[in-house]
Order: sequence, then structure tokens, then C-alpha cells
Amino acid sequence: MTARAGAMPGRRAARNTLALAAVVLLVALLCALSVAIGTRDVGWDDIAAALAGRAETIGQAASAARLPRTALAFLAGAALGLSGALLQGVTRNPLADPGILGINMGAALAVVVGVAWFSITSAQAYIWAAILGAGLTAVFVYVIGSLGRGGATPLKLALAGAATSVAFASLVIAVVLPRGDIAGGIQSWQVGGVGGATFVRLAPVLPFLATGFAISLLWARKLNALALGDDLAAGLGENVARTRAIAGLGAILLCGATTAVCGPIGFVGLVVPHFCRLLVGTDHRWLLPFSALAGAGLLLASDILGRILARPGELDVGIVTAFVGAPFFIWIVRRQRLREL
Amino acid sequence: MAITTTTLATIAAARHRRGRRRRAILAGLVLLIAGMLALTLMLGQSFTPPGQVIRVLAGQEVPGASFTVRQLRLPRAVLSVLAGFCFGMGGVAFQIMLRNPLASPDIIGISSGASAAAVFAIVVLGISGPAVPILAVAAGLGVALAIYGLSFRGGVAGTRLILIGIGVAAMLHSFIAYTLSRAPAWDLQQALRWLTGSVNGAQLGQALPLLAVLALAGGVLLSRSRDLEALRMGEDTAAALGVRVGPTRTLVIACAVGMIAVATAITGPISFVAFLSGPIAARIMGSGGSLLLPSALVGAALVLVGDYCGQFLMPGRYPVGVVTGALGAPYLIYLIVRVNRAGGSL
Repeated sequence: MTARAGAMPGRRAARNTLALAAVVLLVALLCALSVAIGTRDVGWDDIAAALAGRAETIGQAASAARLPRTALAFLAGAALGLSGALLQGVTRNPLADPGILGINMGAALAVVVGVAWFSITSAQAYIWAAILGAGLTAVFVYVIGSLGRGGATPLKLALAGAATSVAFASLVIAVVLPRGDIAGGIQSWQVGGVGGATFVRLAPVLPFLATGFAISLLWARKLNALALGDDLAAGLGENVARTRAIAGLGAILLCGATTAVCGPIGFVGLVVPHFCRLLVGTDHRWLLPFSALAGAGLLLASDILGRILARPGELDVGIVTAFVGAPFFIWIVRRQRLREL
Repeated sequence: MAITTTTLATIAAARHRRGRRRRAILAGLVLLIAGMLALTLMLGQSFTPPGQVIRVLAGQEVPGASFTVRQLRLPRAVLSVLAGFCFGMGGVAFQIMLRNPLASPDIIGISSGASAAAVFAIVVLGISGPAVPILAVAAGLGVALAIYGLSFRGGVAGTRLILIGIGVAAMLHSFIAYTLSRAPAWDLQQALRWLTGSVNGAQLGQALPLLAVLALAGGVLLSRSRDLEALRMGEDTAAALGVRVGPTRTLVIACAVGMIAVATAITGPISFVAFLSGPIAARIMGSGGSLLLPSALVGAALVLVGDYCGQFLMPGRYPVGVVTGALGAPYLIYLIVRVNRAGGSL
């Protein structure tokens, strides 16, 4: 891809910059709301004090406890949104999503196996296990889904992913069942949530996310070439297989690391890139950063919604995104002219 | 003229041979199920001699054997067989109709709908007993109707139906996981039943709804097996052969969902039985002939074998769904690979 091909009309760029500013503002607002809203109402002065590092009153302490949670929701949402955009770009498939393709369940199985059989305990080991599981599952589902006539059609990929999910869910239970000590923790982890986050627990995942973000943003231009189709991209001098492998690796790092910390959170990676395509078009250099921001926004909003809906308790964010995302998934399926198998 | 006669004779002979082969395989499956039944009744934690089992079944009191056989083993075995029938036949009906073996009710969300309703009824509403299966059936039908309605856009495309089903299934799974994780007196066994299916704590009374749905929906399905076979060749071909595609489709969906939902309400969604029975039956039957009955038999055999393995052949005791799920995984991989290569037919 040359610079000329990537140049876009000035008006488009101006519009996109405006949209970017709006999304940044929205996400900032959501971050503030996420610190402010919860079981206990706190005033803005308490929040300011908590941000300054004080936790003297109960309100300040509550706000201080909500800070790492907000940070985690932001990071996890950004990672999931970005990995969804990457997966959709790599597979050229509108339905690609870490949840639908079974990648989250692969990560979950790897973590469960690691805990039960190799007695891993450190956060680092959890993350490595999750990434390994996510990677193997992604390759597995993609290979299975692209066998046969017509390559990796949306239907074949989705079916391969769904079937793999069911199989892995059984295996998770088979591993967990004889070990009552870990069953409860794993059961609640499987819903997917950002509650109970602390900065200490957050730290180990940061290098993985940073690597994933870096890869995806550096590779955005190459994904544009991929969108033209394999033959054309190869004709433009792109190494298609390498682009696909590296962008896929970025996506797996992001969703694997997120799954290790939050549990499997579905549908964010599916919804966000579609929404962003409506906003900024299909240029991945805009689409990827937008997807990250909008993903963060969606997860923050879902988390806040979960806290408002179930007061004084809270809904895990995984169930909120599922109920927001599934109707959207159905809408995409209805809108698209999907090829018959 | 002479040639025509020989051709006809050859075809007739081949058809005759196929019919004989089919009957032989069906008889073999029935024998396998009978054998597994006998094994389940005789050999558990302790061995009960066949003579005693027969006397217990005949209604006599045999000290030391009556309770084990009549209260523990018999309900379990009967429920396994009946639920297996339901899963096997309901599953293959979907697979034939949608012309894709991966489009079984456990993957496109029908079982999840029934399961979600049962979990909701037990955990949130706190009800139990016969109301639970009724709710589960209603929810299974509701989910099927919703998927069907949502995928309707100037006709229902199989692809759209399957994909929307997958989306709905994902949503329902997260609902089930959430409801179970918030259950006040959280019971792992109970939870696992609704996640993977199990015949633990079976009671003979639970067999009644299964029998009823088998007689009703199963009977209708079997009587429509010819139309279903025509649908297997594609909608246009079926219509050309004189099948009224729309009504047949609706009827098949209603019957298959009824069977799946009742079975799910009683044993939980036993993983992969609905999904595996059809393809296995297709493999052993070869081409030609309806798959409904063979698949039902395979389903029963799968549940019986799976439950026995989970009970006695593994370290620790597992519910049947875990066994069928784990056994099903490698077969699933093989199946996806083979089906994709062949282009999607059963």
C-alpha cells in the first residue's frame, strides 16, 4: 500500500476528527459516571478527593474503590473492541467475535486446566494460559471453518465456533467437577465481570495489552490491503499470510489477556466495530482506534447500567453486554445477505 | 425390453438388500440398548444377579435388591432411554430440515431456551415439580418461534436461522450462567444438571411426560418421515416432489422442539446427544431410508453408555452430560472437517 492509496479527502478526515473528539468526550464522561454511580451515592468533592489519593470518608473510600474498576472496564472494553475489529479484518467476516468464535471459551478452558492440573496460581501464569488457549482455539476454529467449499464463510466460522464452545464448556465442567475447592470461583468467573478489581491485580495484564494495542495500531494499514481480498493484496506486494498471522496474534493477545482478568465477556468485539464502521468508514487506521475507544465506552456504560439496574446489588457486565449485543448480532445477520453454505 | 426388466430386477434386488441391511442394523441397535439396560439394572456399585432383577421387575420383594433396582437403577435406565429417544429424534429432525448436521437444537439455542426457563423457574421463582417441564417446553417453543420469526425475511433461509440461533444461544448461556452464579443456596449438582444434563435422582414418574411427547410428537414426525426425506434434498426439490414445504417445516419444528424441550426439562440439556445421534446414525445406516428411528435408537444408546461411563468407569462420578460432551468433542472435530469438505449435507 502506498501513501497515495491511503490518503483520504480532507473533509472525511475533518469529520472523523470531530467524531473522535465526540467519542473521547463521551468516554471521559462515562469514566466520571463510573466513579460516581454505585450502591452508595457520593458527591463530586469526594470524588475529587479520592482522585487526589485521599480515602478519609466512606464516600471517598467508595470512589477510590471504583477507580481501578473503571480503569479495568476501560482497558478491557478497549481490548475487546479492538480485538473484534482485528478479527473481523483478518477473517473478513462480519460475525467474527471472540465470544462467537469460541476463543473466550478456549481461554477459559486453558485457565481451568492450568488451575486444576498444573496448579498455577500467579496472575502471570493465568494470563499466559489464557493467551495460549485463546491462540490455539482461534487457529483451530479458523482452520476448521475454512475447510471445504468457499473458504471461511460466516456460517461455517460461526458454527465451528459455537460447536467448539459447547465442547469446551463440557470439558471445563469435567475438569472442575471433582474439585469443589475451585468450582465456585470458576463459576462466577465464567459470567464475566469487572467487579472487585484492584490496581495490583490489574498490573500484570498491562504489558500484554500494551503489546496488543501496539501491534494492532501499527498493522492497521496492512489490514486495509487485506480488505481488498487476498489476491489483490498479494498483488499490491503484501505478505498476506504474515499480515493475517500478526494481526491475529494481536487480537488473541488482547482478548486472551482480558479473559484472564475479567472472564469471558461476549459481544463487545462484535458490536463495536460495526458501530464504528458507520461512524468512520472502513479505513482501519481510523477504525481500530475508534473501536478501542468505543469498546471502552460500551463496557463502561454496560458496567454502569448493571449497577443501576440491580440496585442495591449489581449485574455482572458480561450479562449486560450479552443482552445488548445479541439483538445487535441478530440485526446484523438479518441485514446481511449471507451466502448460503 | 429385456434390458428394462433386468434393470428393474437389479434395482429391486438392491432395494431389498438395503431394506434387509437396515432391519439388521436397527435390530443390532435395539439389542445394544437392551444389553445396556440389562447391564445398568444388574451391575452398579454392587452386582445383582439377573434372576433377582427379573423377580424385582415382576413386582416381588427381594431383600437387598428391591430398593437398588426399583428405586435407583430402573428409573435411571428408563429415563436415559426415553430422553435419548427424544434428543436423538428431535435433533435429527432439525439437522435434516436445515440440511446441516451442525444445526442441531443444542447449538442453535432451543435447548438453551428450555434450560434457561427451567433455571429461572427453580432459582428465581422457586417452583418445582410438573410446572418446570411445562415452562421449559413453553420457553423452548417460544425461543424456536422467535428464531424462526427473526430469520423470516421473505422466506426463511437456513443460514440466517442457524446464525440467529447461535446468537440467541450465546445470550441465553450468559443468562443461565448468571442466574446460577447468583442462586442463594447454590448447589453444584443442581447447577450442573442445567448446564450439561444428568439423570441423577431420576424418578419413574418423570417418564410420563417423556412417554407422552414421544407418542405424540414422535408419532407425527415418523408419519411425516417421507416429507422430511424430500426436504433433505432441498426445498425446491421437495416442493417439486409435491411436499408442502411451509406447513411441513412448521410441523417438524413444533414436534422436534416439543421433544427436545420436554427431555431438557427433565434431564437437562445432555450435551451433544441431539447433535451426535443423527450423524452417527447416518454413518452406520448408509444412504437411503429415514434417519428418524435409527437416530432415536443411537440417542438412547449414547445416553445409556454415557451415564454408565460417568457412574462407574471414571475416577469420580460425573453426570452423563459431561461424558457425552467430552466424548462428543473429538467426534465433533471429525464431523465438522468431514461435513465442510462434503459441502454441508448430513
